[in-house]
Amino acid sequence: MADPNKVDPIHQFQITNIVQFGDGGLALTNSALFMVLTVAVIAVYLLLSTQKRSIVPNRVQLISEMLYEFVAKMVSDSAGTAGMKFFPFVFSLFMFVLVANMFGMIPLFFTVTSHIIITFALAMLVFGVVIVYGFMKNGPKFLKLFVPSGVPGYVLPIVVPIEVVSFLSRPISLSVRLFANILAGHITLKVFAGFIVTLGGLGFLGWLGALLPLVMTVAITALEFLVAALQAYVFAVLTSMYINDAIHPSH
Amino acid sequence: MAAVTDNIILVAEADTAPATDAAAVTETGTEIHAAAEHEVFPPFDPSSFGGQLLWLAITFGALYLLMSRVALPRIGSIIDTRRTRIDGDLREAERLRQETEKAAAAYEAALAEARRNAHAIAEETRSGIKADIDNRRADVEGQLAKRMSEAEARIRTEKDKALANVGAIAAETAVMLVSRISGSASVEDAKKAVAAVTKE
Repeated sequence: MADPNKVDPIHQFQITNIVQFGDGGLALTNSALFMVLTVAVIAVYLLLSTQKRSIVPNRVQLISEMLYEFVAKMVSDSAGTAGMKFFPFVFSLFMFVLVANMFGMIPLFFTVTSHIIITFALAMLVFGVVIVYGFMKNGPKFLKLFVPSGVPGYVLPIVVPIEVVSFLSRPISLSVRLFANILAGHITLKVFAGFIVTLGGLGFLGWLGALLPLVMTVAITALEFLVAALQAYVFAVLTSMYINDAIHPSH
Repeated sequence: MAAVTDNIILVAEADTAPATDAAAVTETGTEIHAAAEHEVFPPFDPSSFGGQLLWLAITFGALYLLMSRVALPRIGSIIDTRRTRIDGDLREAERLRQETEKAAAAYEAALAEARRNAHAIAEETRSGIKADIDNRRADVEGQLAKRMSEAEARIRTEKDKALANVGAIAAETAVMLVSRISGSASVEDAKKAVAAVTKE
């Protein structure tokens, strides 16, 4: 098989150094570059679009306002007005994950969220914020989170460990959900796109056969756009809910 | 984690193996080939974790600061300004509407008042004129009645006077007639004769 036809779905996740600062020191990798780009795009868009502060918004400003109100509603619905303290945090998470996922949909771009360490770090950040704020605000009462009210005492020995385990598994489920969705989607996309190239190299019948993976690739691309937006939304909604637990631990 | 360790061991073997063996391995299995090329599955490569975490901390920290300090307060203030502006405009519109309603009510009241006044004036005038006419008519009728009665009285006296003179005139005529016929006649006899005749 010729080299250009070789399908390597893993290569897209490879981290390479772009600029190395000193020997073995800090390096600007492709991952770092896209994190910087993600933040830059978010900041530049939000700041430029709202520069005029017009009472009657134009389209660009309207998108910024809609994003703001979308996340604000999400947070206040899940965590109430007390949760609005964490609105900038949830908004930053949502925008970061959303834009990073969307960047990943552009060919040849690196997908920041396809690395477990990134999603795990974000999830641990949420977890840490919930624990620290929960204890700061409620003190030892925060532990009520593990003791559901209205449950008879004799069931507690079973319920409490379940609650503890489910609480501790939150950062794992939160990070793996995002990471696995993005990773699997990109691999699938690459594999199907690879089929087109491989079959296309086999002559006329191959061209005909390549139509099927072509259709699949188009469909999966659309699906992946949906997943990219949906996973950002899910991440932000779950964060809001966990923050609600920190504010109102007795449920 | 076990899979990663296995991969690392595999890679280590591939690296230490002679060049020919490595080539053979590369040709026989794509999995091993991939492993040899990329060492480990990149998302699970711990050597990249440190750098990624550092960059994530820098970029996400910057994003959080920019959002919480600049972008979100600005968008929030835009939305708040708009909301207060709209609320104010609505309140102002409501106030103006109430004012308009008040003015309309005042106008209606004034109109009704004016209409009532006009009615009253018309009524007053009409009754005034009627009273005037009645007065004058009564006046005129009174005068007419007075004059009529005066005239009647005068007629009566004239008639009485005329009737009173009739005897005297008849006596005179009789004296003249008698004196022509018989030469003389006394006035006294004539009067007696006339009275006798008129009594018959």
